[in-house]
Amino acid sequence: MSKKIMMSFALNGNETDVVVEPRELLIHTLREKCLHTGPHIGCETSHCGACTVDFDGMSVKSCTLLTVQAEGAQVRTVEGLAEGGVLHALQEGFMQEHGLQCGFCTPGMLMRAWRLLQENPNPDEAEIRYWMAGNLCRCTGYQNIVKAVQYAARKLRGEAVETSHPLMTAETH
Amino acid sequence: MIPRPFDYHAPRSVPEAVALLDQFGDAAKLLAGGHSLLPMMKLRFAQPDHLIDLGKVAELKGIREVGDEIRIGAMTTENELIWSELLQRRCPLIVEGARQISDPQVRYRGTLGGDISHGDPGNDHPALMIALDASFVLASAQGERVLPADGFFLGTYMTQMEPGEIMTEIRIPIPAAGTGYCYAKLKRKTGDFATAAAAVTLRMDGPTVSSVRIALTNVGDTALRATAAEQVLSGRNFDEAAVDEAAHLAMSICMPVSDLRGDADYKTAMAGEMTRRALLSAYARSAH
Repeated sequence: MSKKIMMSFALNGNETDVVVEPRELLIHTLREKCLHTGPHIGCETSHCGACTVDFDGMSVKSCTLLTVQAEGAQVRTVEGLAEGGVLHALQEGFMQEHGLQCGFCTPGMLMRAWRLLQENPNPDEAEIRYWMAGNLCRCTGYQNIVKAVQYAARKLRGEAVETSHPLMTAETH
Repeated sequence: MIPRPFDYHAPRSVPEAVALLDQFGDAAKLLAGGHSLLPMMKLRFAQPDHLIDLGKVAELKGIREVGDEIRIGAMTTENELIWSELLQRRCPLIVEGARQISDPQVRYRGTLGGDISHGDPGNDHPALMIALDASFVLASAQGERVLPADGFFLGTYMTQMEPGEIMTEIRIPIPAAGTGYCYAKLKRKTGDFATAAAAVTLRMDGPTVSSVRIALTNVGDTALRATAAEQVLSGRNFDEAAVDEAAHLAMSICMPVSDLRGDADYKTAMAGEMTRRALLSAYARSAH
């Protein structure tokens, strides 16, 4: 029973083959076989979203997906966000707006926000909170995560961006 | 976190899936979105020997208008329901309900058919489907049968689906223009199952209620149709007294279990309150 199966999927654009038992969860494959340890595990009831990756155009909780379901899929993790060493607008936004502290939820938050901004490039605060509700954070109280997503949205729309941090804004320099 | 080992099958068509289901019998479970089944397997509440993944069966997806019905493939996801322009226009109750189900990631995977077939009284679609007078298409080696939502739910995790059957499609009569609707859900937080919820569709003829359907979520072994509450409103002027009476009749059929969401008295009272709010919103949205 439960013979191992070879699976092929694209991980951050790179063709990747893994051999897995059918019961192996995608999060474990990503972390333990592919050594992409940005996606984290924060629960076993599919609530926290720390394991969120982008999967064929969807934000998915990779703890609630079997790796055998990923045949032929396009999988993107936080490791695939920066290009040529330049941070993605979201990574910059989370840094500038202090949208992380311990950093454990951050890879999932970034990947969820990445898909959200493609679906809705100009979300208002209520929309950001509603469409990020599958991601729990223990540290930030969410306020600065909302600001970080707004910062990234502005930058991606080509608008000028500046941190909202009171000690960092232009007039206090 | 770690499920028991199993064999995995990925059929490409309904007949292929039905054949696998027949071959493995009780040892097999159908895998749809996987957001109820895999959590149960990770906690070893469910330990099937075979998973039959319906994810590659294209014919189980899609939302279309056929005659006076909307037909939704069972593997259509919650986000696909929310983003469907057809449903927003023709059947907004489903959109309003789906927006209150779980969270964005879960809604990319969880399916309409899975939410219904699971038979969990905490799920939202069972009551929504009863309020919409939906019916379900079940396929097996013996052919197809179509069952109404009202009567489909037999008990906790139990429905009229027989071993060997696959839910392929959900059929919903398109509500007449001017039909009011509401899904009022009380929950502790985003993503939680309801403490209590009420689904309502309502049609008015001037000041008089010409037809109404009321169904309740998570206040019994199954989703409940509040028939007596419907009857007391039908043919009557829509006013505060009628709404209060209907809410009390809805409360009279509640048999909730006590848990961390509250005791039976609280849940029953909240079912009455959700019924009242759903009726008022449905009335405000109806043509009258």
